[in-house]
Amino acid sequence: MLTKRIIACLDVRAGRVVKGVQFVDIIDAGDPAELAHRHAAAGADEIVLLDITATHEGRGTLLETVKRAASKLFVPFTVGGGVRTAEEAEAVFAAGADKVSINSAAIARPELIGEIGASFGAQAVIVAIDARRGNKPPAEAEVFIAGGRKPTGRRVVDWAREAEQRGAGEILLTSMDTDGMRSGFDCELTAAVSAAVQIPVIASGGAGSAQHFADVFGAGRADAALAASIFHFGVTDSRALKAELAQAGVSVRLPC
Amino acid sequence: MKMIAVIDYKAGNLTSVVKALRFLLADNPNATEIRVTQNPEEVLRAEKIVLPGVGHFQATQLLKDLGLTEAIREAVSKDTPGGTPFLGICVGLQWLYAGSTEAPETAGLGHFPGMVERFPATHQGVELKSPHVGWNSLEGIRPDSRLLAGVPSGSFVYFTHSWRAPLSQDTAAVTNYGGGFTAAVERGNVMGVQFHPEKSAETGLRVLKNFLELEPRMNADQSKC
Repeated sequence: MLTKRIIACLDVRAGRVVKGVQFVDIIDAGDPAELAHRHAAAGADEIVLLDITATHEGRGTLLETVKRAASKLFVPFTVGGGVRTAEEAEAVFAAGADKVSINSAAIARPELIGEIGASFGAQAVIVAIDARRGNKPPAEAEVFIAGGRKPTGRRVVDWAREAEQRGAGEILLTSMDTDGMRSGFDCELTAAVSAAVQIPVIASGGAGSAQHFADVFGAGRADAALAASIFHFGVTDSRALKAELAQAGVSVRLPC
Repeated sequence: MKMIAVIDYKAGNLTSVVKALRFLLADNPNATEIRVTQNPEEVLRAEKIVLPGVGHFQATQLLKDLGLTEAIREAVSKDTPGGTPFLGICVGLQWLYAGSTEAPETAGLGHFPGMVERFPATHQGVELKSPHVGWNSLEGIRPDSRLLAGVPSGSFVYFTHSWRAPLSQDTAAVTNYGGGFTAAVERGNVMGVQFHPEKSAETGLRVLKNFLELEPRMNADQSKC
């Protein structure tokens, strides 16, 4: 049967992997290509590389980083961060990405989703949504852009539905409330988005233990879950995480 | 130098397929060339043919427009074991059938019978999410399959698609999602995989390696067994 996916995420700035807490503090965590290969070897189902440099000057470094990371990677590889146009997406694919993730650019111009999909296939376009709801119910979760800093006044569930209609292949949902805290995903929000769309939903923000993953796959109805800090700081690797999940009855692909 | 043609018909990104093939040939890079081509003559000359493809079945129309359909038909149509080994990936597998309901006006090669159809919206009363994305297992692997030699049943590979090919006697492996569908098809030298071997880690690389190591096209004398 179709397994739940564990996706290792690398936030990259100026060619180095970094990690922030709640989108703010930044710590160096290593070389992107080396970490990508290590995660894949440990059984990560996919690798996501998010460029948080997001300035024009940084694009050349990003493409070089993508090429190096992709060179010996034989699992799906997604690249996001600062992709604003179909041409930029094309450059990222040419460098070796299998999928692109678009966020602020899609809110600014939703036609971009279909444009990239037309050339590369809908399954190659992931729409990333940064969400914040505080104590409000999931239906009132708000979409934020610009690295999670700017509120848009738009509802997450509505935007997810529109993104799907416009041809997104998957939704990458990050809870800014839980991100980096390692205290669990926002399962209620994830479940609400998963129920609203037919396309796969990747949960992100808050992973600290195997139980958190089990919860987001169960009650959270997520098809996949992203993890970054949980891996970077050696709390666990995919092999250990999946072994625990398999024990808990979650359907996962176990590494060799 | 041997040449393997990877056909580019503007149906998605074939960088990863080319990269995986070259990676597998890295020990002896001067023995075999992986050539990305749209040229029917090169396809006819090739030792082996790979047809990748993601996206809409409609994109395969370009194969006809470029004269590639006829070149492929000619290359593979010799009675097995004489035809050029051919591997279709994802849409490349689907094109081997009569056609797809995704693009009813676009004919497939018709090498295998039946139409490629969409996954149903529900299965056994439960909503079935589409596309089928992620790692799923290969079951019921045909023991005589050369493409899947050494791949145990239960191995996981990566899928991303909304349409699937019907089961038939040429099915070499079955995957379950909304019922069983053809994950791999094989008859003689013509093969196809619905999953992405270039994205399926060790199992995927094994499948590609098997294809690369298939015995090359036999000449006229040898085919008279």
